[in-house]
Amino acid sequence: MTIEDRQQEIISEFAMFDDWMQKYEYIIELGKDLPLISEENKKDDLLIRGCQSKVWLHAENKSDGTIHFTGDSDAIITKGMVSLMIRVMDGMPAKAIAEADLHFINDIGLTSHLSPTRSNGLASMVKQMKIYGAIYAEHA
Amino acid sequence: METAEEKDQLTLIRDEFPILHQDVNGYPLVYLDNAATSQKPLSVVESITDYYLNYNANIHRGVHYLATKATEAFESTRKKVAQFLHTPDHREIIFTSGTTDSINLVAQAWGRMNVHSGDEIVVSTLEHHSNIVPWQMLAEEKGATLRVIPITPEGEWDLSTINDIINSKTKIVAVNHVSNALGTVNPIETIILRAKYVGAKVLIDGAQSVVHFDVNVKDLGCDFYAFSAHKIYGPTGVGILYGKADVLDAMAPYRGGGEMIHVVSFKGTTYNEIPYKFEAGTPNIEGIIAFGAAIDFATSLDKEFVKHHEEELLNYATQKLKAIPGVKIYGEARKKVSVISFLVDGIHPFDLGTLLDNQGIAVRTGHHCTQPLMEHYGIPGTVRASFAVYNTLEEVDMFIAALEKAIFMLK
Repeated sequence: MTIEDRQQEIISEFAMFDDWMQKYEYIIELGKDLPLISEENKKDDLLIRGCQSKVWLHAENKSDGTIHFTGDSDAIITKGMVSLMIRVMDGMPAKAIAEADLHFINDIGLTSHLSPTRSNGLASMVKQMKIYGAIYAEHA
Repeated sequence: METAEEKDQLTLIRDEFPILHQDVNGYPLVYLDNAATSQKPLSVVESITDYYLNYNANIHRGVHYLATKATEAFESTRKKVAQFLHTPDHREIIFTSGTTDSINLVAQAWGRMNVHSGDEIVVSTLEHHSNIVPWQMLAEEKGATLRVIPITPEGEWDLSTINDIINSKTKIVAVNHVSNALGTVNPIETIILRAKYVGAKVLIDGAQSVVHFDVNVKDLGCDFYAFSAHKIYGPTGVGILYGKADVLDAMAPYRGGGEMIHVVSFKGTTYNEIPYKFEAGTPNIEGIIAFGAAIDFATSLDKEFVKHHEEELLNYATQKLKAIPGVKIYGEARKKVSVISFLVDGIHPFDLGTLLDNQGIAVRTGHHCTQPLMEHYGIPGTVRASFAVYNTLEEVDMFIAALEKAIFMLK
């Protein structure tokens, strides 16, 4: 599956929800289910500081040129969003990550979470994922 | 509960605020972020339009009709502000861009002349960053020390060591009248007395007070009082700095430019008198004129009604919140304005804020620009609901219902 395929999958999942509550209930569930980032990786240098909630992102460059992401947040809704981002990007080739066009957030009606003014750290997290992609693609 | 008469009064007030009558995310808007900024009555909005449609001109310098009319409107706001703060001398009112700008003006124009190495500056744990950082910058530049008034668990100043904190080394005490994060009304009279005793100046950050109760700067005896127009029904980008005339007179201007000068030559420049020497450049003319309309609106409200209604909103919301399991209120001072900060056990404030927003409820979440205070409590931030005179008890019910739904979803 490509990054685009994964985005389409999420979009069709969200199309089943009738209202915002179902959408958020799903995101909250995702947040609860996200495998915890190991405590050793919950360090300050992996912390993406939003004004409101914190996001931790850990990237591991695999020998096959893909990147494995783990992440966490102190807020459960942010964590659910982190889970969606990781689902789209995890295990993808570095170059594809660097060039990814993440339109699914907009398509599922959660754009406000990515706006810089939302200050939840998600916009910075996407940027950080792409930076990892660019760096590892360079060194591949 | 409200009487029929109070309900009528409330309806009339709400009619002045068209913005309140809208749906957000399919729910009626409940605006409980008034401590961040108040909504604007029609008269304020119309005042801005009227200025641009009928008498836009640059003030003070022009001799023509429009310039004279604009100058008169502009200066009439200064007189209204003077009256509003109960000073007979309108030269004591300086227009700035906001509370932050007012505080920076004092920290720079007064502070750089009067604060030296070894001196002390006093703030409190309850301060907004705007009333911490300008003083830190000054202290760092001058080699002065910042002293901090601690607080009790209830969120009141702990004055047990005040004679040590405010001492003969103290040059200025800069504290807020009302805490933006907790709503505590601080006993500034006590602090002013102590500061005067040791010969220190006092600046009061009044950003959160003037919309709730009458402030008399002459009775208080403070040297400076700062607030923002936008938190009391006025436009953004307008602030007030009240300063005692003799104190202002002795201060050098800190921004150079037009308006603030008397004579300019390349050999040297002499400065204008107060207040103009602190008002370099073309000011926010329409904002200041519209602020006049905002003061008219604020003073037209029945003071007793405002007091009674805001107390009722605060008490009703506090009581309802406390009935929800897991809710902890931060700031339970004996004297509070209608601001409630709270957290729900095990839930991040951002999550609550997001789910409240989806139900049309506007609250503020986060550290409220009071990181040292949040650090004191060991929390990342709070959810803050702040009520204005135009809020209703029904809106409190809607807020509580939305909060219960959010908690149910998040638990």
